[in-house]
Amino acid sequence: MTAEFTRNHFELLGLPPAFAVDLQALERAYRELQGRVHPDRFAAASEAERRVAMQWAARANEAYRTLRNPIDRARYLLGLKGYDTGEESNTAMPPDFLMQQMAWREQVEEGLGSRDPAALEALRGEIGRERAEMHALLARALGDERNYDAGCSLVRKLRFLDRLEAEVDDALETLAEGAR
Amino acid sequence: MAYSTKVIDHYENPRNVGSFGKDEQGVATGMVGAPACGDVMKLQIKVGAGGVIEDAKFKTYGCGSAIASSSLVTEWVKGKTLDEAAGIRNTQIAEELALPPVKIHCSILAEDAIKAAIADYRKKYGEGGSGDEKKAAD
Repeated sequence: MTAEFTRNHFELLGLPPAFAVDLQALERAYRELQGRVHPDRFAAASEAERRVAMQWAARANEAYRTLRNPIDRARYLLGLKGYDTGEESNTAMPPDFLMQQMAWREQVEEGLGSRDPAALEALRGEIGRERAEMHALLARALGDERNYDAGCSLVRKLRFLDRLEAEVDDALETLAEGAR
Repeated sequence: MAYSTKVIDHYENPRNVGSFGKDEQGVATGMVGAPACGDVMKLQIKVGAGGVIEDAKFKTYGCGSAIASSSLVTEWVKGKTLDEAAGIRNTQIAEELALPPVKIHCSILAEDAIKAAIADYRKKYGEGGSGDEKKAAD
Protein backbone atom coordinates (compact mmCIF):
# COMPACT_ATOMS: atom_id res chain seq x y z
CA MET A 1 0.00 0.00 0.00
CA THR A 2 2.96 2.34 0.52
CA ALA A 3 3.39 2.82 -3.24
CA GLU A 4 -0.10 4.31 -3.31
CA PHE A 5 1.10 7.15 -1.13
CA THR A 6 2.56 8.92 -4.14
CA ARG A 7 -0.63 8.57 -6.16
CA ASN A 8 -2.64 11.64 -6.94
CA HIS A 9 -6.14 12.20 -5.55
CA PHE A 10 -7.85 10.74 -8.62
CA GLU A 11 -5.71 7.62 -8.67
CA LEU A 12 -6.15 7.18 -4.96
CA LEU A 13 -9.93 7.17 -5.32
CA GLY A 14 -9.92 5.26 -8.61
CA LEU A 15 -11.56 8.04 -10.61
CA PRO A 16 -10.70 9.38 -14.08
CA PRO A 17 -8.71 12.63 -13.83
CA ALA A 18 -11.42 14.90 -15.25
CA PHE A 19 -13.29 17.99 -14.12
CA ALA A 20 -16.65 16.30 -14.63
CA VAL A 21 -16.80 13.99 -11.63
CA ASP A 22 -19.56 11.56 -10.76
CA LEU A 23 -20.19 12.75 -7.22
CA GLN A 24 -21.87 9.49 -6.21
CA ALA A 25 -18.90 7.48 -7.45
CA LEU A 26 -16.62 9.87 -5.56
CA GLU A 27 -18.64 9.39 -2.38
CA ARG A 28 -18.58 5.58 -2.76
CA ALA A 29 -14.85 5.46 -3.46
CA TYR A 30 -14.17 7.65 -0.45
CA ARG A 31 -16.32 5.53 1.90
CA GLU A 32 -14.62 2.39 0.62
CA LEU A 33 -11.12 3.79 1.09
CA GLN A 34 -12.00 5.24 4.46
CA GLY A 35 -13.35 1.88 5.56
CA ARG A 36 -10.05 0.25 4.68
CA VAL A 37 -7.88 2.75 6.51
CA HIS A 38 -10.12 3.84 9.37
CA PRO A 39 -8.07 4.04 12.59
CA ASP A 40 -10.69 1.97 14.45
CA ARG A 41 -9.69 -1.05 12.39
CA PHE A 42 -6.17 -0.72 13.68
CA ALA A 43 -7.04 -0.49 17.35
CA ALA A 44 -5.23 -3.74 18.07
CA ALA A 45 -2.37 -3.02 15.66
CA SER A 46 1.09 -1.81 16.53
CA GLU A 47 1.86 1.86 17.17
CA ALA A 48 3.58 2.13 13.78
CA GLU A 49 0.70 0.52 11.90
CA ARG A 50 -1.77 2.83 13.61
CA ARG A 51 0.28 5.85 12.66
CA VAL A 52 0.30 4.77 9.02
CA ALA A 53 -3.47 4.21 9.13
CA MET A 54 -3.94 7.70 10.52
CA GLN A 55 -1.87 9.14 7.70
CA TRP A 56 -3.97 7.25 5.21
CA ALA A 57 -7.20 8.47 6.73
CA ALA A 58 -5.94 12.05 6.51
CA ARG A 59 -4.82 11.48 2.93
CA ALA A 60 -8.24 10.06 1.97
CA ASN A 61 -10.01 13.02 3.58
CA GLU A 62 -7.85 15.49 1.73
CA ALA A 63 -8.42 13.77 -1.62
CA TYR A 64 -12.17 13.60 -1.05
CA ARG A 65 -12.51 17.21 0.08
CA THR A 66 -10.43 18.48 -2.84
CA LEU A 67 -12.29 16.54 -5.50
CA ARG A 68 -15.74 17.27 -4.08
CA ASN A 69 -15.40 21.03 -4.49
CA PRO A 70 -15.44 22.16 -8.15
CA ILE A 71 -12.97 25.04 -7.72
CA ASP A 72 -10.57 22.92 -5.65
CA ARG A 73 -10.92 20.07 -8.14
CA ALA A 74 -10.15 22.32 -11.12
CA ARG A 75 -7.19 23.93 -9.32
CA TYR A 76 -5.87 20.47 -8.42
CA LEU A 77 -6.22 19.20 -12.01
CA LEU A 78 -4.42 22.29 -13.32
CA GLY A 79 -1.69 21.72 -10.73
CA LEU A 80 -1.23 18.18 -12.04
CA LYS A 81 -0.68 19.73 -15.47
CA GLY A 82 1.86 22.14 -14.02
CA TYR A 83 -0.37 25.21 -14.11
CA ASP A 84 -0.74 27.79 -11.32
CA THR A 85 -4.19 29.40 -11.27
CA GLY A 86 -2.70 32.72 -10.14
CA GLU A 87 -5.56 33.43 -7.74
CA GLU A 88 -3.23 35.20 -5.33
CA SER A 89 -1.34 37.26 -7.87
CA ASN A 90 -3.31 37.77 -11.06
CA THR A 91 -5.41 40.96 -10.84
CA ALA A 92 -5.87 41.52 -14.58
CA MET A 93 -9.31 40.07 -15.17
CA PRO A 94 -11.07 40.85 -18.49
CA PRO A 95 -12.65 44.34 -18.24
CA ASP A 96 -16.14 43.18 -19.24
CA PHE A 97 -16.03 40.52 -16.55
CA LEU A 98 -15.02 43.07 -13.92
CA MET A 99 -17.71 45.49 -15.14
CA GLN A 100 -20.26 42.73 -14.67
CA GLN A 101 -18.95 42.02 -11.16
CA MET A 102 -19.18 45.73 -10.34
CA ALA A 103 -22.76 45.89 -11.65
CA TRP A 104 -23.74 42.82 -9.65
CA ARG A 105 -22.19 44.18 -6.47
CA GLU A 106 -24.16 47.40 -7.05
CA GLN A 107 -27.33 45.31 -7.37
CA VAL A 108 -26.59 43.70 -4.01
CA GLU A 109 -26.25 47.17 -2.48
CA GLU A 110 -29.49 48.31 -4.09
CA GLY A 111 -31.37 45.16 -3.08
CA LEU A 112 -30.23 45.68 0.50
CA GLY A 113 -30.96 49.42 0.43
CA SER A 114 -34.48 49.03 -0.95
CA ARG A 115 -35.17 45.94 1.22
CA ASP A 116 -35.95 43.83 -1.82
CA PRO A 117 -35.29 40.12 -1.11
CA ALA A 118 -36.95 39.12 -4.41
CA ALA A 119 -34.35 41.08 -6.36
CA LEU A 120 -31.57 39.43 -4.35
CA GLU A 121 -33.05 35.98 -4.92
CA ALA A 122 -33.23 36.71 -8.65
CA LEU A 123 -29.57 37.74 -8.60
CA ARG A 124 -28.77 34.52 -6.77
CA GLY A 125 -30.43 32.58 -9.59
CA GLU A 126 -28.41 34.51 -12.14
CA ILE A 127 -25.18 33.70 -10.32
CA GLY A 128 -26.16 30.03 -10.26
CA ARG A 129 -26.69 29.99 -14.02
CA GLU A 130 -23.40 31.80 -14.62
CA ARG A 131 -21.60 29.30 -12.42
CA ALA A 132 -23.16 26.31 -14.24
CA GLU A 133 -22.01 27.80 -17.54
CA MET A 134 -18.47 28.26 -16.22
CA HIS A 135 -18.42 24.68 -14.95
CA ALA A 136 -19.37 23.48 -18.45
CA LEU A 137 -16.59 25.61 -19.94
CA LEU A 138 -14.13 24.24 -17.37
CA ALA A 139 -15.05 20.65 -18.24
CA ARG A 140 -14.26 21.40 -21.87
CA ALA A 141 -11.10 23.45 -21.22
CA LEU A 142 -9.66 20.75 -18.95
CA GLY A 143 -10.94 17.97 -21.21
CA ASP A 144 -10.69 17.70 -24.96
CA GLU A 145 -9.58 21.28 -25.50
CA ARG A 146 -6.60 21.02 -23.12
CA ASN A 147 -6.77 24.79 -22.79
CA TYR A 148 -5.21 25.12 -19.37
CA ASP A 149 -4.75 28.89 -19.52
CA ALA A 150 -8.50 29.21 -20.06
CA GLY A 151 -8.97 26.78 -17.17
CA CYS A 152 -6.89 29.01 -14.86
CA SER A 153 -8.90 32.05 -15.92
CA LEU A 154 -12.18 30.24 -15.22
CA VAL A 155 -11.00 29.25 -11.73
CA ARG A 156 -10.19 32.90 -11.02
CA LYS A 157 -13.63 33.96 -12.31
CA LEU A 158 -15.39 31.38 -10.16
CA ARG A 159 -13.74 32.82 -7.07
CA PHE A 160 -15.47 36.14 -7.78
CA LEU A 161 -18.82 34.38 -8.16
CA ASP A 162 -18.34 32.66 -4.79
CA ARG A 163 -17.62 35.96 -3.14
CA LEU A 164 -20.57 37.62 -4.85
CA GLU A 165 -22.91 34.85 -3.75
CA ALA A 166 -21.65 35.18 -0.17
CA GLU A 167 -22.47 38.92 -0.35
CA VAL A 168 -25.98 38.15 -1.64
CA ASP A 169 -26.50 35.62 1.17
CA ASP A 170 -25.29 38.13 3.76
CA ALA A 171 -27.68 40.74 2.37
CA LEU A 172 -30.61 38.28 2.43
CA GLU A 173 -29.77 37.35 6.01
CA THR A 174 -29.63 41.01 7.02
CA LEU A 175 -33.06 41.59 5.48
CA ALA A 176 -34.50 38.47 7.15
CA GLU A 177 -33.19 39.63 10.53
CA GLY A 178 -34.70 43.08 10.01
CA ALA A 179 -38.08 41.55 9.16
CA ARG A 180 -38.17 39.49 12.32
CA MET B 1 -8.30 41.72 12.91
CA ALA B 2 -7.59 45.21 14.14
CA TYR B 3 -7.45 47.86 11.46
CA SER B 4 -5.08 50.78 11.84
CA THR B 5 -6.60 54.19 12.55
CA LYS B 6 -5.63 55.31 9.03
CA VAL B 7 -7.48 52.40 7.44
CA ILE B 8 -10.54 53.13 9.58
CA ASP B 9 -10.37 56.81 8.65
CA HIS B 10 -10.31 56.05 4.90
CA TYR B 11 -12.95 53.36 5.33
CA GLU B 12 -15.35 55.61 7.22
CA ASN B 13 -14.61 58.72 5.16
CA PRO B 14 -13.48 57.43 1.80
CA ARG B 15 -12.02 60.17 -0.43
CA ASN B 16 -13.07 60.59 -4.05
CA VAL B 17 -15.71 57.88 -4.29
CA GLY B 18 -17.62 57.79 -7.56
CA SER B 19 -17.16 57.96 -11.30
CA PHE B 20 -16.48 60.61 -13.92
CA GLY B 21 -19.06 61.34 -16.62
CA LYS B 22 -18.79 59.14 -19.68
CA ASP B 23 -17.98 62.06 -21.99
CA GLU B 24 -15.47 63.86 -19.80
CA GLN B 25 -12.19 64.56 -21.54
CA GLY B 26 -8.92 63.10 -20.37
CA VAL B 27 -10.55 60.37 -18.29
CA ALA B 28 -9.14 56.87 -18.14
CA THR B 29 -10.20 53.85 -16.14
CA GLY B 30 -8.35 51.01 -14.47
CA MET B 31 -10.35 47.97 -13.40
CA VAL B 32 -8.76 45.16 -11.43
CA GLY B 33 -9.91 42.31 -9.25
CA ALA B 34 -8.38 39.98 -6.69
CA PRO B 35 -9.62 36.41 -7.25
CA ALA B 36 -8.49 35.19 -3.83
CA CYS B 37 -10.88 37.52 -1.99
CA GLY B 38 -13.26 38.54 -4.79
CA ASP B 39 -12.49 42.25 -4.36
CA VAL B 40 -13.23 44.48 -7.35
CA MET B 41 -11.66 47.90 -7.78
CA LYS B 42 -12.30 50.66 -10.32
CA LEU B 43 -9.95 53.61 -10.34
CA GLN B 44 -10.36 56.57 -12.68
CA ILE B 45 -7.99 59.44 -13.40
CA LYS B 46 -8.70 62.75 -15.12
CA VAL B 47 -5.59 64.06 -16.81
CA GLY B 48 -5.13 67.70 -17.71
CA ALA B 49 -2.54 69.76 -19.55
CA GLY B 50 1.02 68.62 -19.16
CA GLY B 51 -0.01 65.07 -18.40
CA VAL B 52 -0.83 66.00 -14.81
CA ILE B 53 -3.56 64.09 -13.01
CA GLU B 54 -6.12 66.70 -11.95
CA ASP B 55 -8.61 64.45 -10.28
CA ALA B 56 -9.20 60.81 -9.43
CA LYS B 57 -12.17 58.72 -8.36
CA PHE B 58 -12.66 55.17 -7.25
CA LYS B 59 -15.23 52.54 -6.49
CA THR B 60 -14.18 49.43 -4.60
CA TYR B 61 -16.10 46.40 -3.44
CA GLY B 62 -13.95 44.71 -0.88
CA CYS B 63 -12.66 44.78 2.65
CA GLY B 64 -11.70 47.88 4.63
CA SER B 65 -8.06 47.59 3.57
CA ALA B 66 -8.96 47.47 -0.12
CA ILE B 67 -11.21 50.52 0.22
CA ALA B 68 -8.58 52.40 2.21
CA SER B 69 -5.83 51.49 -0.29
CA SER B 70 -7.81 52.79 -3.26
CA SER B 71 -8.99 55.88 -1.37
CA LEU B 72 -5.39 56.70 -0.44
CA VAL B 73 -4.16 56.22 -4.01
CA THR B 74 -6.76 58.65 -5.39
CA GLU B 75 -5.42 61.25 -2.96
CA TRP B 76 -1.80 60.54 -3.78
CA VAL B 77 -2.09 60.70 -7.57
CA LYS B 78 -3.69 64.14 -7.71
CA GLY B 79 -1.15 66.66 -8.96
CA LYS B 80 1.23 63.95 -10.09
CA THR B 81 2.32 63.34 -13.68
CA LEU B 82 1.49 59.96 -15.18
CA ASP B 83 5.10 58.86 -14.78
CA GLU B 84 5.15 59.91 -11.15
CA ALA B 85 1.85 58.14 -10.48
CA ALA B 86 3.16 55.01 -12.20
CA GLY B 87 5.95 55.01 -9.64
CA ILE B 88 3.61 54.42 -6.69
CA ARG B 89 4.45 51.12 -5.08
CA ASN B 90 2.23 48.87 -3.04
CA THR B 91 4.86 48.89 -0.28
CA GLN B 92 4.33 52.64 0.16
CA ILE B 93 0.57 52.14 0.43
CA ALA B 94 0.96 49.26 2.87
CA GLU B 95 3.38 51.29 4.97
CA GLU B 96 1.20 54.41 5.07
CA LEU B 97 -1.86 52.38 6.11
CA ALA B 98 0.11 50.02 8.39
CA LEU B 99 -1.44 47.01 6.65
CA PRO B 100 -0.77 43.61 8.22
CA PRO B 101 0.90 40.97 5.99
CA VAL B 102 -2.40 39.23 5.17
CA LYS B 103 -3.73 42.51 3.73
CA ILE B 104 -0.74 43.32 1.53
CA HIS B 105 -2.67 42.05 -1.50
CA CYS B 106 -5.11 44.96 -1.05
CA SER B 107 -2.25 47.40 -1.60
CA ILE B 108 -1.07 45.36 -4.60
CA LEU B 109 -4.58 45.66 -6.02
CA ALA B 110 -4.47 49.46 -5.64
CA GLU B 111 -1.06 49.65 -7.32
CA ASP B 112 -2.32 47.49 -10.18
CA ALA B 113 -5.43 49.68 -10.47
CA ILE B 114 -3.50 52.93 -10.93
CA LYS B 115 -1.15 51.21 -13.39
CA ALA B 116 -4.16 49.91 -15.34
CA ALA B 117 -5.70 53.41 -15.40
CA ILE B 118 -2.45 54.91 -16.71
CA ALA B 119 -2.18 52.17 -19.35
CA ASP B 120 -5.78 52.89 -20.38
CA TYR B 121 -5.00 56.59 -20.64
CA ARG B 122 -1.96 55.99 -22.83
CA LYS B 123 -3.94 53.66 -25.04
CA LYS B 124 -6.73 56.20 -25.46
CA TYR B 125 -4.77 59.43 -25.74
CA GLY B 126 -1.24 58.47 -26.68
CA GLU B 127 1.75 58.83 -24.42
CA GLY B 128 0.38 61.90 -22.63
CA GLY B 129 3.58 62.26 -20.68
CA SER B 130 5.06 65.64 -19.95
CA GLY B 131 6.31 66.01 -23.56
CA ASP B 132 3.12 66.16 -25.64
CA GLU B 133 0.70 67.94 -23.43
CA LYS B 134 -1.76 69.16 -26.01
CA LYS B 135 -2.54 65.93 -27.79
CA ALA B 136 -4.63 64.71 -24.92
CA ALA B 137 -6.82 67.80 -24.77
CA ASP B 138 -7.45 68.06 -28.53
